[in-house]
Amino acid sequence: MLKKRIIPCLDVRDGRVVKGINFVDIQDAGDPVELAKFYDQEGADELVFLDITASHEKRDTMIEVVRKTAKQVFIPFTVGGGIKSIDDMRNILRAGADKVSINTPAIKNKELITQGAKIFGSQCIVVAIDAKKNENGIYEAYINGGRISSGLEVVSWAKEVEACGAGEILLTSMDRDGTKDGYDLELTKLVSEAVSIPVIASGGVGNLEHLYDGLVKGKAQAALAASIFHYGTYSIKEAKQYLIDKGVDIRW
Amino acid sequence: MIGIIDYGRGNISSVETALDKGGFENITTDDHNILRKCDGLILPGVGAFKDGMKDLEGRGLIPVIEEAVLQGKPLLGICLGLHLLFEVGEEDGQSAGLGILKGRVERLTTKLKIPHIGWNDLKIINPSPILDDIVDGDNFYFVHSYQAHPVDKSIISATCDYGQDVVAVVTKNNVFGVQFHPEKSSLKGMVLIQNFGRLVSKWS
Repeated sequence: MLKKRIIPCLDVRDGRVVKGINFVDIQDAGDPVELAKFYDQEGADELVFLDITASHEKRDTMIEVVRKTAKQVFIPFTVGGGIKSIDDMRNILRAGADKVSINTPAIKNKELITQGAKIFGSQCIVVAIDAKKNENGIYEAYINGGRISSGLEVVSWAKEVEACGAGEILLTSMDRDGTKDGYDLELTKLVSEAVSIPVIASGGVGNLEHLYDGLVKGKAQAALAASIFHYGTYSIKEAKQYLIDKGVDIRW
Repeated sequence: MIGIIDYGRGNISSVETALDKGGFENITTDDHNILRKCDGLILPGVGAFKDGMKDLEGRGLIPVIEEAVLQGKPLLGICLGLHLLFEVGEEDGQSAGLGILKGRVERLTTKLKIPHIGWNDLKIINPSPILDDIVDGDNFYFVHSYQAHPVDKSIISATCDYGQDVVAVVTKNNVFGVQFHPEKSSLKGMVLIQNFGRLVSKWS
């Protein structure tokens, strides 16, 4: 039986993890490689690095992070943020990442999904969708870090993303992100049921029940969370044990 | 020395890293002479069957692989590498594979989502030295839309359940194939890599 996945997400700026506390076993919680290793050992099923480096000149630091991570981490990991072209994808994948995640550039140019899938394989191409409900109750896909609406309706965009050859969708609720109120289950379920590729739920996790809800009620294949793990509120093991106790198929 | 066959197919470096971690000498190359000197070969790869065969052919690697099998050297196909061991692939129309194992590679027929992405647990069908210290229920990381259908069912060492039985591990003498990615399957993946490494050491 396929297991539901638990995926910690690390925000990385200029080669350093932005949030995060010191875990007992980690000497430098700001080092993305150390943290990635720790999460692998803890039983995380996958990792996502979100590169929020602002300046273009410092982009290469992410390549270095990816290269070092790939040498020490033996679970799949995805890199998102700042990937705008096939060359960017190639650089990140060559450095050892398993998947790349793209959002704004995919909306601006769908060909990037198609081309990326053709060259590197669908399994490498994750399309991130940042969704926000508008005043008419319609979910719209946002770009530029959630600042601008693309005008695209989320479900039809998700279907298009699938048709273009994306392997997975990383679905973030902009309304819930950072609130700790839980995933937007309506949104998650809508998209999960509309596409046949896996959907990763993201945005809003504050406790373990939220993970359960996203995976079971929202029907997501994977649950992504950042702060509950980084701030040590829960360990990966605690999260997994909780889900197993509630009857969710989880890798142990 | 383990040779990782480089035929231009995706993330090979992670296989190399896993072998390094296991302490096994390895080299990634498409150089025939170097591969011929290796004591065991790994055929990795992600992507399409037809392209994979074309790339193997283009680099003249097919006889190198066939020779290794005849000599009894351990050969491990991973994901697409497993598929290519078979006779026929049905991705983008039919195309011929290496034919080292009898059978076809067909698209998954499951009603669940395709590709099959994520961790799934094995059901051991027949013992295999590649599965030493791996038991029923151990999880490995899968990413695929196609699967092998061996003619001789006795070569199936393990399956997993994805709304259909998916052939996860095959073994025929010195030829091994795994549908999942051991190099991405954390500790259990390393156990499998070590099993293969030991088989190679034994041969040499």
